[in-house]
Amino acid sequence: MEEAIVTQNLTKKFKDLVAVDHVNIDVKRGGIFGLLGPNGAGKTTLIRMLCTLLAPTEGTAKVAGYDIIKQDGKVREHIGLVSEKMIMYDRLTAVENLKLFGKLYNLPKDTLEKRTYKLLKLVHMEKWAKSQIGTYSTGMKQRINIIRALLSVPDVLFMDEPTLGLDPQSTTEIREFIKRINIENETSIILTTHMMVEADMLCDRVGIIDRGKIVALDTPRSLKRIIGGEDVASVDIEIPNLTNEMLEALRDQPTIVSVVRENETHLLIRAKGEDAFDDIIDTIRSRNGRIAFVKSLEPSLEDVFLHITGREMRAEVSSKVKSFQGGGRHGPPALSRRVR
Amino acid sequence: MGAGDTLRHSLWIAWKDLLDLWRNRMAMVMLILMPLFMMVMVGYIFPTESALENADVGLANEDDGPLGIAFAQNLTYVSEESGLMSLKDSSGFDDIKQRIRDGELAGGVIIPSNFSSNLESGTQAVVEIVSDQSNPQISLLLQGILTEVIEQMGTWRAIANVSVQLGVNSSEALAIVKPYTVETRGIVPGNPSYFDFVAPGIMAMTVMMSVMTGLPHAISYEKEFGTLDGMMVAPIGRLSIILGKTIAQTSRGLIQGLIVLGLAVAIFGVTIQGNLFLLLFLLILGVFSFVGLGILITSVARDEQTATMAMMTLMFPMMFLSGVFFPIQQMPVFMQYIAWSLPLTYATSALRKVMILGADVQSISTELIILITFGIVLLAVAVPIFKKAMKK
Ligand SMILES: Nc1ncnc2c1ncn2[C@@H]1O[C@H](COP(=O)(O)OP(=O)(O)O)[C@@H](O)[C@H]1O
Ligand SMILES: [Mg+2]
Repeated sequence: MEEAIVTQNLTKKFKDLVAVDHVNIDVKRGGIFGLLGPNGAGKTTLIRMLCTLLAPTEGTAKVAGYDIIKQDGKVREHIGLVSEKMIMYDRLTAVENLKLFGKLYNLPKDTLEKRTYKLLKLVHMEKWAKSQIGTYSTGMKQRINIIRALLSVPDVLFMDEPTLGLDPQSTTEIREFIKRINIENETSIILTTHMMVEADMLCDRVGIIDRGKIVALDTPRSLKRIIGGEDVASVDIEIPNLTNEMLEALRDQPTIVSVVRENETHLLIRAKGEDAFDDIIDTIRSRNGRIAFVKSLEPSLEDVFLHITGREMRAEVSSKVKSFQGGGRHGPPALSRRVR
Repeated sequence: MGAGDTLRHSLWIAWKDLLDLWRNRMAMVMLILMPLFMMVMVGYIFPTESALENADVGLANEDDGPLGIAFAQNLTYVSEESGLMSLKDSSGFDDIKQRIRDGELAGGVIIPSNFSSNLESGTQAVVEIVSDQSNPQISLLLQGILTEVIEQMGTWRAIANVSVQLGVNSSEALAIVKPYTVETRGIVPGNPSYFDFVAPGIMAMTVMMSVMTGLPHAISYEKEFGTLDGMMVAPIGRLSIILGKTIAQTSRGLIQGLIVLGLAVAIFGVTIQGNLFLLLFLLILGVFSFVGLGILITSVARDEQTATMAMMTLMFPMMFLSGVFFPIQQMPVFMQYIAWSLPLTYATSALRKVMILGADVQSISTELIILITFGIVLLAVAVPIFKKAMKK
């Protein structure tokens, strides 16, 4: 069996809402597959169907070679789930939590003890082994939450937003941990995220999901090439004395595709053509703008999403940008929410 | 998945729930307080004769004759001796009426002006009792006591008359005046009290209420919190989850039931005639008989709040209809039909037989069969619905 997951027109409807819409994907064994999409795209719903927690309205899927509808018991023997909400009991210690789930997976006593110790050590949590989960920080909880899913050494590991709401340090550590278990245990991993960087960093294949539909499916590299082909450059630039006038002038440059004001002094500019950088610098300097910081950005998956769906992924950015909606510029209406 | 696995998994789930409960200080306090409140409430709010201790009763003697005065003195003597009433002098009906309205008196007794003359002329004399219709419970008790006292006095008078007129001694006179009397004899030693009657029902109710409210809470809460997914995604039978939760909740309920039992025995003097293990078994069977209902409600309710509300709504009428507080035979006929369709009714009835009458398994076999049937039918309906609902 080569594929960890194959789906066939997998669909879930909640009354009139089609949360997952005829999804056909296949995930190779041993890889890390990223499911990328904004909030409400249907990532969690898709994962829950694959984990046998939710019955599909239409279609089916095979996970680890077993049908999620007809062989749900078999599927459960081969998967692990790190769900969006942590699966742990606050009044139990880490060891007690792991013990409960180890017992549910019929692990023999000594295997359970060995693995518990090994996994706790792996995430540097040995010292906290006998403390109740309720006393942990979110980052610590998530470490236990993840090793809990690894206790049974699953063939396929599902991770729904594994770094959501974590501090930067925990985020980095957990990302490294995910890579490590993928390599060491040859575990196939399917993770969902609404963070482009995460998908970019971790995944060898990415499916972009929007409103329940898979709109793109490829390696992060190939996906980025979709827009990279147009010779587009992205620049992250900081101008301490940024004015609205400067902003308007930048937007009026024919080489500049879009300008996003990240905050008071920060701009994200996308531009086309050979003279793009010159134009940007000249426009700012000629208006006495000081350039404190410039960084050329590779096209990110964020740009890919925007390119494909015509919409910004992060809702909070578009609302910030809205206040700058000034002059009537060209571009598709869907873009104007962000770009103006 | 064998039965052994199912049971083992469910025991681990129960272990988790009980450990969680044990470490939840607030929940532990409530666990102990609930049956305590329950017992104290039932033990003290129900009107008993002692509730009438020293009730103020107005006495108006409108009769100037010697017999009226003698009657009034007798009545005063009896009430002082028994401590049931405290008689207050009054001028007549209007005065008593006013003072009942003012809340000074619980009732009144009037000796009419023709009392002596009637008695002397050989006519039956009348004593009037004034009752307070706004307080039927007290008024009923008062009437009962007054009637008894007055009748007793009438009997004494009759005995005196008979023994004088026929020249016999007083016990012979009694046999003439009151040829019949009633003596009550129970089938177990001791005098039955209301508490003996309610204690088994309260116990059954406490255990079942605990499980029935605890179960939807335990499952819906974990579902909302997301931790239920951990069990649902594990390769265990769905029945293990239901069973595990039920075992934990039943243990919790039994602890409360035993607190009720302990209080009933220690404070309210209830005696247990039957086998204690049979008693425990009956409680567990009672839980089994409608655990399916709890599962059913959990399955159809959207969230924890809805589940708990639905359960409460069902529990309330059950509490009053299943003969916990008053005998079913006292209810209107159509209500009796409802009562006989509730499992709690059978659990209460069987518990009562075991606890008060010392019944054995054979004498409660009907109840046992009905409870088991209830349990199987409800579970057979609930489990598939639960499985389906969890995947919605
Ligand atoms: N149980 C449910 N009942 C009704 N609608 C739901 C339910 N679960 C999710 N949805 C809806 O389905 C859509 C997809 O949700 P979800 O899969 O959670 O998205 P994501 O995980 O990508 O943020 C959302 O619009 C959400 O409101
Ligand atoms: Mg989600």
